[in-house]
Amino acid sequence: MLDDFFIRAMIAGIGVALTAGPLGCFVVWRRMAYFGDTMAHSALLGVALSLFFQINLLIAVFGVAVLVSLLLLGLQRRQSLSADALLGILSHSALAIGLVLVAFMTWVRIDLIAFLFGDILAVTPTDIALIWVGGALVVAALVFLWRPLIASTVSEDLAEAEGMKPAQARLFFMLLMALVIAIAMKIVGIMLITSLLIIPAATARRFSASPEIMAVLASVIGALAVIGGLFGSLHYDTPSGPSIVVAALLLFILSLLPAAGKNTAEKADNKGVR
Amino acid sequence: MQMTERGSNARSDDRLVTLKAAGIRRDGRWLVRGVDFSIARGEVVTLIGPNGAGKSTTAKMAIGVLKADEGSVTRAAGLRVGYVPQKLAIDWTMPLSVRRLMRLTGPLTDTELMAALTATGIPHLIDSEVRHLSGGEFQRALLARAIARKPDLMVLDEPVQGVDFAGESALYELIRTIRNSTGCGILMISHDLHMVMAGTDTVICLNGHICCRGTPETVSQSPDYLKLFGNTRSLAVYSHNHDHTHLPDGRVMHGDGSITDHCHPDDGHHHPEEHHRHDGHDHTHHDHSHDHSHHHGDHAHVNGDKRA
Repeated sequence: MLDDFFIRAMIAGIGVALTAGPLGCFVVWRRMAYFGDTMAHSALLGVALSLFFQINLLIAVFGVAVLVSLLLLGLQRRQSLSADALLGILSHSALAIGLVLVAFMTWVRIDLIAFLFGDILAVTPTDIALIWVGGALVVAALVFLWRPLIASTVSEDLAEAEGMKPAQARLFFMLLMALVIAIAMKIVGIMLITSLLIIPAATARRFSASPEIMAVLASVIGALAVIGGLFGSLHYDTPSGPSIVVAALLLFILSLLPAAGKNTAEKADNKGVR
Repeated sequence: MQMTERGSNARSDDRLVTLKAAGIRRDGRWLVRGVDFSIARGEVVTLIGPNGAGKSTTAKMAIGVLKADEGSVTRAAGLRVGYVPQKLAIDWTMPLSVRRLMRLTGPLTDTELMAALTATGIPHLIDSEVRHLSGGEFQRALLARAIARKPDLMVLDEPVQGVDFAGESALYELIRTIRNSTGCGILMISHDLHMVMAGTDTVICLNGHICCRGTPETVSQSPDYLKLFGNTRSLAVYSHNHDHTHLPDGRVMHGDGSITDHCHPDDGHHHPEEHHRHDGHDHTHHDHSHDHSHHHGDHAHVNGDKRA
């Protein structure tokens, strides 16, 4: 009883999850969860602008996300306010301005809920192509930038001293974030994008012995969450975006359980050695 | 690449980094200013100075992590740097083993990797997670990482912080050996001239600007140095012989080369008559004698008058 729209949703969702996994790891390692949230919230502003100027939605969202992140970096450099407060201001005002602009445009009727919480069941074949091509670009760029990104995550100074160009890596990383937000928006919605970045990465942490393993595992766990969430949403007739996030959360909670068992095993081992 | 004629006498060609009247300003305040020095191949330059003197800032300026707001900094083309920063905060959510840390900024063969870890005394920690290391073990891992890169210039910002006293002198010894065998230049930061003196060619005493400079002997007797550090910690270049060495894994290597799990005064490895030869110096001598007393299986080091 798998309908066409359901299979399309599945393919699109898995594509987004595979891309979000490694990127989400960096968001967690670099403590940029709130930063990602801010970029995601600014996406609504992008939606409003795309409607107003009748430009491609993806390009508008990507552009606004990039602008907001550059603005944020500029403001942080001035150090007049803490990064935390700046993010709070920018995050919610970007969302609010987006909502206000959409309300002004009385001539367009858009489904706000679909943008805020995702409308994965309405993905078109074009969307799927965009997600997979965009996702492949992001993953390829991550592979290419992997060593500088990891090195500058450990220490920007060290990376700079040893020729890894951390500033360049940071800039590329932000472009990749903006791209992922633009392609993931349709799947889980603006409000929930960061959860798809962070929760699978956090779940993968406990089973990973290296950054590389964690990145791959985060992709796999994200894909499992998409599959679980979509089947759940079909079965219980719940909204698909939130269902995917709930499935990711359930996987995260599950990952905590065996970890407790692993710790006691380690303790027993230590006793044996002593 | 300026790699020709390693160890030649053409000093100007040997310069890895040259700073001329360089300074860094932040928020209208000069952190350091008027810094003038260069590091040649095979030279060990040590920056000393009180807290906030701008030692780390100067080192970062020398390797280009910070851009000089004034003056100039020139580096040899293709200069390969190995850097041990003063602070490194790794988020524990990143799973990072020592093995992975070693390959942070470039590929290494397993042999190179193992050799560097063995040199710094932590080959047994190769697969440990970095966040489980002690402060001293972490410093050894960072130093090993910098060494394994085979750099032209090593920049070591307090490389032995958190390392125990015996390990400290061993690591300084290692740094000296690396300089001698590879001919790399070394820029070292320390606030303990006492420890680094024997292996340093040039000491630069920094306090927002260069107060004095010269060989360790000159600096230690210069009025500027004494004003900054006082005369309380008098200096002596000394060497001493341990009749045994504590290995990082807890075992003990004795003077005769044998390795045991513990060390006892009457286990036949100790030769009291060989103890402690001191270099003759006309200023303060340190009576640095080790006496091991054993109680209930654990042992305590009683360092006789370490700081005079």
